[in-house]
Amino acid sequence: MKANNEAPVLFRRHKAEEWIGRIYTTVCVLFLIVIIFSIVYFVATKGVATFAVDGVSMSEFLFGNSWGPDDNKFGALPFIAGSFITSLLAALIASPLSICASLFMTEIVPSWGKKLLLPVIELLAGIPSVVYGFIGLTVLVPFLRDTFPGQGYGVAAGSIVLSIMILPTITSVATDALGSLPRNLKEASYGLGATRWQTISGVVLPTVLPAVLTGVVLGMARAFGEALAVQMVIGNAPYVPTSLFESASTLTSVITLNMSNTVMGTVQNNVLWSMALLLLFMTFIFIFVVRLLERRAKI
Amino acid sequence: MKLKKPFLLILTLALSISLAACGNNKNSNAGGSTNTEKENTGSKNTTQTSDLSGSILASGSTALQPLVDQVGKKFNEKNPGVSVQVQGGGSGTGLTQVSGGQVQIGNSDVFAEEKLDASAAAELKDHQVAVVAMAAVTNKDTGVTNLTKQQLVDIFTGKITNWKDVQGKDQPIVIVNRPSSSGTRATFEKFALGQKTEDIKGSIQEDSSGTVAKIVAETPGAIGYLALSYIDDTVQSISYDGVEATVDNVASGKYPVWAYEHMYTKGEPDETTKAFLDYFLSPEVQDSDVVDLGYIPVSKMQVKRDAEGKIVQ
Repeated sequence: MKANNEAPVLFRRHKAEEWIGRIYTTVCVLFLIVIIFSIVYFVATKGVATFAVDGVSMSEFLFGNSWGPDDNKFGALPFIAGSFITSLLAALIASPLSICASLFMTEIVPSWGKKLLLPVIELLAGIPSVVYGFIGLTVLVPFLRDTFPGQGYGVAAGSIVLSIMILPTITSVATDALGSLPRNLKEASYGLGATRWQTISGVVLPTVLPAVLTGVVLGMARAFGEALAVQMVIGNAPYVPTSLFESASTLTSVITLNMSNTVMGTVQNNVLWSMALLLLFMTFIFIFVVRLLERRAKI
Repeated sequence: MKLKKPFLLILTLALSISLAACGNNKNSNAGGSTNTEKENTGSKNTTQTSDLSGSILASGSTALQPLVDQVGKKFNEKNPGVSVQVQGGGSGTGLTQVSGGQVQIGNSDVFAEEKLDASAAAELKDHQVAVVAMAAVTNKDTGVTNLTKQQLVDIFTGKITNWKDVQGKDQPIVIVNRPSSSGTRATFEKFALGQKTEDIKGSIQEDSSGTVAKIVAETPGAIGYLALSYIDDTVQSISYDGVEATVDNVASGKYPVWAYEHMYTKGEPDETTKAFLDYFLSPEVQDSDVVDLGYIPVSKMQVKRDAEGKIVQ
């Protein structure tokens, strides 16, 4: 009798919990989707206004070389170039370091290497970007100024600061990829008499390359969107740089420098939103590339 | 189940806390104002506290923000019923928000006419609360202490690129500029150079005064410009046509590189806001807080300027 009485109550509580959880998650997800679409919509309407309302030609914006919104010059090419150059260079500097670090942790000294190195690298991800910028300004820029021609501010300083910032991203993705590598691949290689280095270079790296590239692309995406640290060390002159040690700008640094000084709805303000829209597009492209790589990464 | 339950619990807990926080805020606000009203009525006979109540929200110019913040706190001590909140965001933000009615006061380094279109600017009422003066500053080792207007123009337009051409050391000049949208840059160009300048290849741009001061102090051959309150002995302050940038020289009109700090309201301010602005212009604030924070009191100025920058009076 007792069991008969209790069973339906338990059953109902179960059901209720199930429904509460279901509704809760659904509401959260719907809310998230609304937020994301509102952001995209907001940036898009603001960004398109430059071309639709203010009549700036899109080719001038994308390929124009001179910047001066007060004098109706809206060429954003120097910033687009600056963004691409710095994030590519940052990825170039950071990738070998990250791949070596993750190989060290997974293939060479997995026992204490991972325990020691991984927390240290993850620590880098937790440092606020203003701290990176300040260290760059206080340590890196004077060093570059004394060692190389130029004033120290420029693409080189920006890329170096960025490369340290994206190191954790690439390392953790690469470490995960290497860690999930099937054992039999390596064992087969060793079984054929290959040395550890031959196994790493001939079997391990080629197999995980798409996954590692995912990390590199994610790192580049982070570098592309980083504003504060870069702004402090890159110099921000609106010109396509001809040397690594010459002042240049990125899309993000121009937005942060000018957004607060311009009035909403004016051309000067709208053109900054167009740059934000461009950054959003780039993010889409980066995500697309990552998805593409992930599909290839499946072994 | 064992895993899910605590997770759900934490989630709901987080949500309920955040909801409660929102609710609390409103409650405490409402409670606060009723409390203070009670206090007010109680203490009316003994102290001078007013019946003013409400909240004033001011946003905009980061150059003016510390002053408004400090004066706001003092005003709140005198009028417990009024809360003054001050946000930064830049002159553009301040003008946008006051124009859109989101804040009661929009702080700006420049006249509204320079940023907003004429119809929007006409709706705003200007309250000039302080004057800020700027001076060119260089790195200490350039060997230059005075520059003429023409020399400054030549430097900032890239005609002169070495300090030896202006009786300094043989050292290349590094320009540390503000972005073209900056109010400080607009003031410097208008009153020191007399013309707009283009950004020069290789120049450095930063928008924060602190960063500009740091870069000028540490980069050999650097030149920039700063508000007087940011100039200390780590940089060399440059005389303009032989006139030193001092408070007295600015007040008497001898030194021309200065601008008003504006607090804009949309139309006539309401009673509370008006009381705050009046308090701002009272000698109690003008002679202490304004001076302490490195601004120049409006009352001291012997010359006045209009939006075009012409000297009136």
